[in-house]
Amino acid sequence: MAKVLVVTSGKGGVGKTTSTAALGAALAQTGEKVVVVDFDVGLRNLDLVLGAERRVVFDLINVVQGVAKLSQALIRDKRLENLWLLPASQTRDKDALTDEGVGSIIADLRSRFDWILCDSPAGIERGATLAMRYADEAVIVTNPEVSSVRDSDRIIGMLDSKTVKAEKGLRVEKHVLITRYDQARASRGEMLSIEDILEILATPLLGIIPESQDVLLASNVGSPVTLNNAASAPARAYVDAARRLMGETVPMVVPVERKGLMNRLLGRRAA
Amino acid sequence: MQATAQPTRQLVRMRGRSYVAFVFSPVVPIVGWLEEIDATLARSPGFFVGKPVVLDLSAVDLSQSAIAHLVASLEQRNVRVLGIEGVDEARLTAGMPPLLTGGRPCVLMQNEPKKPEAKPKPTSLVLESPVRSGQSIVFTEGDVTVLGSVGSGAEIVAGGSIHIYGALRGRAMAGVNGNSSARIYCQKIEAELLAIDGYYQTAEDIDEALRNRPAQAWLEGDIMKISPLN
Repeated sequence: MAKVLVVTSGKGGVGKTTSTAALGAALAQTGEKVVVVDFDVGLRNLDLVLGAERRVVFDLINVVQGVAKLSQALIRDKRLENLWLLPASQTRDKDALTDEGVGSIIADLRSRFDWILCDSPAGIERGATLAMRYADEAVIVTNPEVSSVRDSDRIIGMLDSKTVKAEKGLRVEKHVLITRYDQARASRGEMLSIEDILEILATPLLGIIPESQDVLLASNVGSPVTLNNAASAPARAYVDAARRLMGETVPMVVPVERKGLMNRLLGRRAA
Repeated sequence: MQATAQPTRQLVRMRGRSYVAFVFSPVVPIVGWLEEIDATLARSPGFFVGKPVVLDLSAVDLSQSAIAHLVASLEQRNVRVLGIEGVDEARLTAGMPPLLTGGRPCVLMQNEPKKPEAKPKPTSLVLESPVRSGQSIVFTEGDVTVLGSVGSGAEIVAGGSIHIYGALRGRAMAGVNGNSSARIYCQKIEAELLAIDGYYQTAEDIDEALRNRPAQAWLEGDIMKISPLN
């Protein structure tokens, strides 16, 4: 049974694309057949994070409009043979997406893949609503700050009302993924705590991704963080989150950076 | 001693009971009026069968024989006259229906098929899930109860009171139809705005000491009061 999972947030810049790529790669590494679909038409990024930008020929809009077949637009990852990308168009805008077109593509993808990860654009307009429209499950990416949490709350409300599942009276299964979490700052009260976020959102937690330089490093070299440095703290957190998505029970810990001896000796830089 | 058995006397019990009777008020010419009756009977035969009918003769001046003829004519049409009113008793013979007095007008009940009664509209709304940012719940008919929190940027508008079994982080507007006795109750007050019957307080006006506590808000004249619930 294929699962359609939307990665969404409302607010921009919280790590939707990074999380889509990292979760997609982590799921593919377990042997699942995964496609990541970029819904950010006009501002595509997922191709860059996956390092596939130079191989894009056709895109989502071409398939929606019948210019290309789905198989022509799908790009296979060079590192993981189970991971595929359906890129967005950079030249069009989100109005080019239609409900029926997205519906038929999702139905087609369901027959070919185990997991369909939809990378939602920011906002609550057409692109975001169509990305979540056919979802079975949702990962709501949230940063530990109030504006992100409030936007996530808004998105959860939309997941409960605007999706096909919700309209049929069913529930979209929702998970909160907290990214850019800094344990030290949270304990100093400079960030919302995990408890505060979960209390506001009243939604189960999928994982806590620590703030880390590795995330930026990985996206700059065009690799999901889970592949670029599997031992890094964010990579381990994403792998745990992917295992939870597959139904495993994994204890919730915030992975911390493993510091080398030199780092530990020179750990404190004068500010 | 001689004992004589006293026969027990049966008491005749009298009870009063009132019935609704059709009142016929004949007008001259009587022939024309009888034709009207015929037309009514033609439309719905048996309309007067088994129903008490009273003749009101106050609009006409009929002789004894004319009254006898009228009663007989109605008898022919299967309309039995229970009594007569509005006429001098001297004009009635023993064989005629008795004179009635003291009648009061009333509305005739029509035996129409009962319409299915419209269900009374519900006067309360219960929401079993949290109200999320951006959602607006408007229920002007009565109270709103939320089993969960109301998120920042969400709003509840109620004609009656608002009960929130969770944190209130958004806006709550109670008594919007001018119900100044409406109240707002919540388990944890972090509201952006509270309003009752048009009087409002924003987050800035709400006493910091109340924050994060169970609280209720109500109107005292034109002043909104907020107090902790425990």
